[in-house]
Amino acid sequence: MESVYTVVFYVFCFISVYVQLFFLVTFLEKRRHIVHNPENLELSSYPTVTIAVPCYNEGATIDKTVKSLLSIDYPKDKIKIFLIDDGSTDNTWSAIQEFKDNPSIVLLQKENGGKYTALNLAIENTTSEFFGCLDSDSLVHPQALKRILKYFERDPKTMAVAPSIIVYNPKNILQHTQKIEYDMAIYTKKMLGFMGGIHVAPGPFSIFRKKVFDDLGSYHKAHNTEDQEIALRMQEHGYKIDHCPDAYVYTSTPDSVIKLYRQRLRWIYGFIKNLIDYRRLLFKKEYGTIAIFTLPSGLISLFGVTFLFINILGNIIKFFYNKIIQIQTVGFSHVFNFHYQFDWFFVSTKSALLFSIILYILIIIAVMIGKKMVEGKYSFSLSIFYFVIIYSIIAPFWVLRAMYNAVISKESNWTFERRITNNQ
Amino acid sequence: MHQHEPNDWKKYIIVLFITSTIFISGLWLSNYFNNKKVDQLKSIESTISLDLMSSETQFDLLQELSCKDISTTVLSSELNSLTEKISYSENNIGIENVDVISLKKSYSLLEIKDYLLMKRITERCGQKSIFILYFYKNDNCDDCTKQGYILTSLREKYPNLRVYSFDYNLDISAIKAMISIYKVPDNLPAIVINGKVYSGLKTVEEIEKTFPELESIKVEEPTPKSTTKTTTKTTIPAVKTN
Repeated sequence: MESVYTVVFYVFCFISVYVQLFFLVTFLEKRRHIVHNPENLELSSYPTVTIAVPCYNEGATIDKTVKSLLSIDYPKDKIKIFLIDDGSTDNTWSAIQEFKDNPSIVLLQKENGGKYTALNLAIENTTSEFFGCLDSDSLVHPQALKRILKYFERDPKTMAVAPSIIVYNPKNILQHTQKIEYDMAIYTKKMLGFMGGIHVAPGPFSIFRKKVFDDLGSYHKAHNTEDQEIALRMQEHGYKIDHCPDAYVYTSTPDSVIKLYRQRLRWIYGFIKNLIDYRRLLFKKEYGTIAIFTLPSGLISLFGVTFLFINILGNIIKFFYNKIIQIQTVGFSHVFNFHYQFDWFFVSTKSALLFSIILYILIIIAVMIGKKMVEGKYSFSLSIFYFVIIYSIIAPFWVLRAMYNAVISKESNWTFERRITNNQ
Repeated sequence: MHQHEPNDWKKYIIVLFITSTIFISGLWLSNYFNNKKVDQLKSIESTISLDLMSSETQFDLLQELSCKDISTTVLSSELNSLTEKISYSENNIGIENVDVISLKKSYSLLEIKDYLLMKRITERCGQKSIFILYFYKNDNCDDCTKQGYILTSLREKYPNLRVYSFDYNLDISAIKAMISIYKVPDNLPAIVINGKVYSGLKTVEEIEKTFPELESIKVEEPTPKSTTKTTTKTTIPAVKTN
């Protein structure tokens, strides 16, 4: 049993180190191709763009989001903003009326049907060359659109471009922890972009050529992670998705463990279900990186997290079980009677520990490169440790629950976690 | 019209090579340090072996010496620390590691030699000493774990009590001989106190009740005389608890 466990541990460790090294090698190979656009970036032409903002009970926050869209540096006659009230039960519809006279803004109202139905309504009503959406609790950098469109201009084969999502105004430890995670995701997403393996075009401000929807159809109902489904559909058909690291979108993140849990439960559940739906892609080399690298490593990471969690939990239970036995046998006084003297002999030289350290170092490097891509300089923050510790403890819960829900096909409710963004 | 980017197989292989190199280096490094630890244990055993020989020689010369001149504690701090280190190595290097098993065998032999010598010295010099031989096994024996805790706590209470732990299943003829001499049953844990065997879990109270003379060695625990082998221990080692 012990040896089976050791082998499984080494296999997970090996794959995790492999994945991180793959990103690192890609970074070293392509780092000169990471473009940082100048502030006064100009495009050779300004195509028409539609940005859809699906709103469900967002009366209190929609104003800020729309104003951030209106302040985008782009010719006003080339951009349309669709505000779609997805059957809100609060004052969303009246709140968005203040923009009804703005020629760039189109107001739409429909019965509640979920985010993807709101987006599809916008797609049906647009004739723009480019289409994107912005969640109603996200803000966008004024230069983001031009920077993204530059990617389309440079490469006509690029069919969608994902932005860099940054945690907006983090306040508590949990939000700072998520900031680290998001920073790291910017790095991994860019590397996946280089490799042609992006598996999600995040809700906040991913921009598509409208042709994508004309060719492949609009958004499908896809386990409340429609932004992942559309990316997988595009990958299946060989439509290139890239990532623009300096197109910043600022998003509000869950401020409590329970909200974070619900959000991640939906993401992971969606990932598993979409993976099942698109299992035909797995390991088929003709589908490229998504099939050989992205989806398999995502799947393995789910099992890795579960395995490590069970292992840590097992060790904790074993420790307390032994302590209880000890207390029962000889009483309290002996249990806490420490005679500790430092001796190098007792410093663990297990290879498993060494591999874990290597893996953590690679993760820290990933976070630092991500921070460099966002902030322009390598910096180290203590939040990295919060990230490692907090996620090691709480992530297994949503992973395990999502796996369980996926088995019994229990979907979480989109409206349940309103005010939490749909980004990944 | 649309085509997938081709897989960069070369990169997959290069990264595989780098990862494998890291893992092989890690395994090598771990093995290197483990060997260093085994060497350290061998060195401790060698020291103890020398100490034992020295004491045996002293004992042989006993006729010409008075009892107060002879070392009364061959179970030196080195042997104590060895107990912990071997137990740690079983958990960390591996219970089935050939080196660890070999170290454990020599350790058991040293214990037996120490026990025999101490018994002779005690008899010759009329000292009040109590010896416990403790037999345990590593697998499926919760009571062995408990007995280990109990004996450790007894050692703390009676520092002059000598506890020698033996792995019942260790393939070594000297242990088998002891098992046969004391008729130690396979119903473990089992302890042999002053020649009598007791099978099954024995609590602190039960042991104290059976051996009221323990009280005498507790009372006799004075400030140690400065002898060649001091009885002063900075740490009291745990008895093997699986």
